[in-house]
Amino acid sequence: MIDKTVDTPAEAVSSIVEGSVVMIGGFGEAGSPIELIHALIDQGTRNLTAINNNTGNGEVGLAALIGNGQVSKMICSYPRSSHSKLFPELYRAGKIELELVPQGTLAERIRAGGAGIPAFYTPAAVGTSLAEGKEKREFDGREYLLEHWLKADFALVKCETSDRMGNLTYNKTARNFGPLMCMAARTTIVQARVIVEPGEIDPEHVVTPCVFVDRIVEVSEPLHESRLIAEGRRYP
Amino acid sequence: MKGVAGMATGWSREQMATRAAQDIPDGSYVNLGIGIPEMVAQFVPRGRVFVYHTENGLLGMGPAPSAGAEDPELINAGKAPVTTVPGASFFHHADSFAMIRGGHIDVCVLGAMQVSARGDLANWSTGAADAIPAVGGAMDLVAGVDSIFVITTHVTKTGEPKIVEECSYPLTGRGVVSRIFTDLAVVDVTPRGLEVLELAPGVSFEEVCENTGAPLRRLDR
Repeated sequence: MIDKTVDTPAEAVSSIVEGSVVMIGGFGEAGSPIELIHALIDQGTRNLTAINNNTGNGEVGLAALIGNGQVSKMICSYPRSSHSKLFPELYRAGKIELELVPQGTLAERIRAGGAGIPAFYTPAAVGTSLAEGKEKREFDGREYLLEHWLKADFALVKCETSDRMGNLTYNKTARNFGPLMCMAARTTIVQARVIVEPGEIDPEHVVTPCVFVDRIVEVSEPLHESRLIAEGRRYP
Repeated sequence: MKGVAGMATGWSREQMATRAAQDIPDGSYVNLGIGIPEMVAQFVPRGRVFVYHTENGLLGMGPAPSAGAEDPELINAGKAPVTTVPGASFFHHADSFAMIRGGHIDVCVLGAMQVSARGDLANWSTGAADAIPAVGGAMDLVAGVDSIFVITTHVTKTGEPKIVEECSYPLTGRGVVSRIFTDLAVVDVTPRGLEVLELAPGVSFEEVCENTGAPLRRLDR
């Protein structure tokens, strides 16, 4: 039987090396793989390009990874957050690069990366400052922008249930970018609240098929960003 | 509205949301922006049902949960806790924005910093040098949804018109706004220019013109 499980978050992220492009799932705290991110902070890997919708909250999870100086470039749609000054301070000091991407374009670029589609045309951002330098083309009398795929060396994703082979289900709006990032990374690392045996997830209910997943670690009681922030916690 | 000489009346935030809700057809799939647009859900006309889409991956969004029932993994695009209604579904971001770009969402209600006479919308950045640029899904929404409604105060806190000839702030989209609901009037963006469909009680057409940075036509109803 194929068994992709590993014992600890530290083991799960151990192959991430300096300079890697890392997709990190989550929209705000929903779906944020916080234990995997904290393991990456413990590991201290630097000069990362991080891809996430946001830039984290408070001084835990993604915000802490950024605050720890491990991220040199951020690709995201909304780098403004409540309870966090870590990204703005580094950005204003010129210590972190930002590629701002409209949210739907970000999602589709990741999907394209996973689907082997190098580029596509979208109407989003036509006529705005984010269209500068981008190839334009008209279809049926309307203008579109050429956007390129996004791929990554690693994806860190949180799911609800995984079987040992890596078939995944998600929890509510924590699904967000998870299924797309699983497809777009060369190595996909998943933290699951529950790991079950193959066959225990109805094949009709699998959201991410196991071919997109490489490593799984069980985190049965994941931390919640908002609770940590309310308690004034920071990582490390 | 307050702070503008000669203007004692006009629509409140709740009344602006109520007025916008009246123009959304029964059975519409609706995406509501943060702020006053969110209030539209509280003022759905009797007998109508709207299905709410939130771009982080939920169709069939319900109201906020009661205190203590919040789920950090069930949130809206503003990252606030929400609930689901019967018939709801969850999906990933690419499907969510396919609903938007693919023309499947009927109406989107947004806030604005400025709207131009041709329906250009600026609502994501002041363009200030020290601002952290953050666009989220606004550019995808205005490019993909047919009916873009804007709810906004008619003027800024310092009394500057928000409806202008040309936007000075960075654009979210060009020629995308269909209708504007302010505290003073309902204004349509048409190929003939801006047309005032309705005035708030106690507000004159002249007062609306004085507080608008672009020419207005009054429709005789």
